Amino acid sequence: MSEQMTAAPITQAAFTQAMLDARQPVPEGLLDGQGHPAGRRFSVYRNNVAVSLTEALHEGFPVIAKLLGKANMDGLAGIYLRAHPPKSPLMMHYGEDFPDFLAGMEQLAHLGYLADVARLELAIRRSYHAADATAIDPDWLGAQAPETLMMARLIPAPAVQVVRSPWPIFDIWRFNTDDDAPQPQAQGQDVVVLRPEFDPQPAPLDPGAATFVDSLHHAPLGAAAEQAATEVPDFDLGQTLALLLGGHALCHLTHAPNEQDLT
Amino acid sequence: MSTTKKTFAVAGAVATALAAMTATQAAAAAKEKCYGVSVAGGNDCAAGPGTTCAGTSTVDYQGNAWTLVPAGTCETMDVPAMADGTERKGSLAPLERDLPA
Repeated sequence: MSEQMTAAPITQAAFTQAMLDARQPVPEGLLDGQGHPAGRRFSVYRNNVAVSLTEALHEGFPVIAKLLGKANMDGLAGIYLRAHPPKSPLMMHYGEDFPDFLAGMEQLAHLGYLADVARLELAIRRSYHAADATAIDPDWLGAQAPETLMMARLIPAPAVQVVRSPWPIFDIWRFNTDDDAPQPQAQGQDVVVLRPEFDPQPAPLDPGAATFVDSLHHAPLGAAAEQAATEVPDFDLGQTLALLLGGHALCHLTHAPNEQDLT
Repeated sequence: MSTTKKTFAVAGAVATALAAMTATQAAAAAKEKCYGVSVAGGNDCAAGPGTTCAGTSTVDYQGNAWTLVPAGTCETMDVPAMADGTERKGSLAPLERDLPA
């Protein structure tokens, strides 16, 4: 009796474990269409899994890949993809844990900004895939009485993402995506990702504005403005509102899809 | 700050924002999707891995790949002529030329 006929049926757990660790032997019991051992096919498959996930990380984090260089990015991807295999078949979201992974790498500790730049790249992708929403007409705001404005609920659109950082992450991102961009300045930057039309556009936020945007999710305009002003006394509400309205970032409460529907 | 003062500060900021928007709206002119002007692999899209989108145009000036350009500039944009000397122009609709084999 040949060996493959007596081998115990392979389990999914054994298959997955061997798939992510090239040092492990090919699981026994794999057969091709003719009932012959298919060990070499497994090796090809194992290699393709690693290569395609590495490519996915390059594509999902183009600025990180550029900052680190191809060889370093490939090496990091190899470690990451084995520690964090995809949890979902939606590859466009792959790499959710990559920022924290970068932050935890001792060898990268001297590049403190990497994790936050990766968070920005992830936020841009999330913004791209977020649900559509109808933005508030600025003229509607202009027609409201001051007391109505105070109590108005202006909900950030699903595509709006905020990333706060003690590093100049917007400048670093722009310097590596736009040939004409100026050198990054040594200052922390909070960034909002807006999607005025089809594509996400990151924009730097003034101090206090990140708190304002976050507060709008659960507080009316007046209270959100006050929270920002408590944190940053000279918070410029007018400028932040102009940025958000111009980026089609604010919706009426009734037009914003339920947060739970977005994942 | 008293409640009245806060109320007028917020209303004032809304007015400032609306004025600032009117002033900058002309400058921040709308973009339009322009087909047939992207260099291979350079088409715009932020969809990420697993999508058939950004950087997937495989030939230069591919007719069905697009790039966002300032509104009104797409159809007047000059791109290098084809190998046989035929002129290429950008287009607001997908084109039949320069499709990958």
